Amino acid sequence: MKNEFQVIADLIEKNKKVLDVGCADGTLMKFLKDNKNINIRGLEISKEKVQECIAKGLTVIEGNAEKDLKQFPDKSFDYVVLSQTLQAFINPELVLDELLRVGKKAIVTIPNFGYWKVRFHLLFKGTMPITKTLPDEWYNTPNLHMCTIKDFFYFVNSRDIKIFKSLALNNLNKSIINESNLGVKNLFADLGIFLIEK
Amino acid sequence: MNTEKNIKTLIVKKPLKLDCGKTIKDFPIAYETYGSLNSKKDNAILVFHALTGDQFVTGINPITNKEGWWSYAVGPDKAIDTNKYFVICSNVIGGCMGSYGPSHKDPDQKIFGTNFPVITINDMVNAQYNLLDHFGIDKLFSIAGGSMGGMQVLQFISNFPDKSKTVIPIATTSSHSAQNIAFNELGRQAITADSNWKDGNYTSNDTNPGKGLAVARMAAHITYLSKKGLQEKFGRKLQEREDLKFGFDADFQIESYLRYQGSVFVDRFDANSYLYITRAMDYFDLAKQFRGNLSEAFINTKAKFFIISFTSDWLYPTQENKDIVIALNSIGADVGFVEIKSDKGHDSFLLDVPDFLNALKNFLDKSYEEN
Repeated sequence: MKNEFQVIADLIEKNKKVLDVGCADGTLMKFLKDNKNINIRGLEISKEKVQECIAKGLTVIEGNAEKDLKQFPDKSFDYVVLSQTLQAFINPELVLDELLRVGKKAIVTIPNFGYWKVRFHLLFKGTMPITKTLPDEWYNTPNLHMCTIKDFFYFVNSRDIKIFKSLALNNLNKSIINESNLGVKNLFADLGIFLIEK
Repeated sequence: MNTEKNIKTLIVKKPLKLDCGKTIKDFPIAYETYGSLNSKKDNAILVFHALTGDQFVTGINPITNKEGWWSYAVGPDKAIDTNKYFVICSNVIGGCMGSYGPSHKDPDQKIFGTNFPVITINDMVNAQYNLLDHFGIDKLFSIAGGSMGGMQVLQFISNFPDKSKTVIPIATTSSHSAQNIAFNELGRQAITADSNWKDGNYTSNDTNPGKGLAVARMAAHITYLSKKGLQEKFGRKLQEREDLKFGFDADFQIESYLRYQGSVFVDRFDANSYLYITRAMDYFDLAKQFRGNLSEAFINTKAKFFIISFTSDWLYPTQENKDIVIALNSIGADVGFVEIKSDKGHDSFLLDVPDFLNALKNFLDKSYEEN
């Protein structure tokens, strides 16, 4: 399991109720179910991935976060997880609002467009950056709204959203982001992980 | 009252009050079982059949000598694995494969015909509930069914919220739509317009409204398929001829196919049963039973739901299945949902659709492991 998932799992206490939005093949869900006794649900748009989840014995709903989150009641989950998908929605702002409505807390991770390799790529190669967390070409990427850790930090601060924890991840190195080191983390982390609440 | 050999029958002594207000008692329910009930009695699956199905789910149906209606899904090592699970299925009341229905005799030894009480999906499941007592099963492992079978699944768990661990409604709806009712009415009109129907008393008049029933079946059969599926299978292909014959024989293969479907259907199905069962489907509106709030139907159950729809099913489309998912999510129920890609229309649940069968098998087997 990738390090990102380990960091997410560490943020969630045992025996909680969690919704994994865009749960893909259910790797994180299975880990949370087996290791933390989490009452876990998934929402996934891909039929193939839904089948993989069912084969793992996971409860998954085939659906689209932009349309299908509205069926869940307010604060019906302790945590809602959204891993590296926010930038792929047509309206990320709306999805974020929905995550924070449905979940008491939300864990959102974003691939950092401010990461030095991304900047380096664009600066010196002059083509759209391709990195480990951003593997697609400009013409086939699902990403519509790329942002940096700094962008997300400012965005969250500008609306009534409380940040409990923000973590920078670079390969296996996990570190805490705060206002004083934001510039540095924005340069050296390829992934930002935010625990937020509204 | 084993009227025909090969039909197992449970006589329900307990009176059953029907939705229409009448009470029936000492009535037969014809059933079949597959696999064996384990000592803990925790491996039973109650399967509900659709409009024209019966209790003979899999293997060779001893009455028709044809494959059971859910042979692709049920059997040894299949999705519903009879090496592992004990599968029970019964003919619905109102039906014509041994359960109490319009072809039975009333207490005065006169064939009911249309004097048989109008039954509902609710009546069907209340009748079938007696099978649990019969087998000494306290709690089923699962209930499953497609189409009208799915309606019975929903009604069953609503009526008996703690009687099944898992719940699998497939290609179904919580409320029959105007379009659904319209197609059923077309079928009923075809039957009653047949002069051999004789106001439902065809048996005593020694006639059979076979033509009307065949037309009803033909019309319904179209609704079970998708436009794409029909086009791919038949297109404009001609039936055993080089060119059009400028007449009204079956020039096209699709015509011949539908005529065949109609003709084999009348050999195995009773016209009055067709009227009664389609009526039960039309009356089905689970939300209405709970003042318009479908979620209320499931508020008392802790069962794990798995809802399945098919992309090309326009009779009970994905959205109607999703409405059930939404109702369950809004009360925090344990519900999974998948829409299976298939161009075989509503009939997909009866056919060899591997994605569907795999999902069904995985859901059941994984849930059983956690049992």
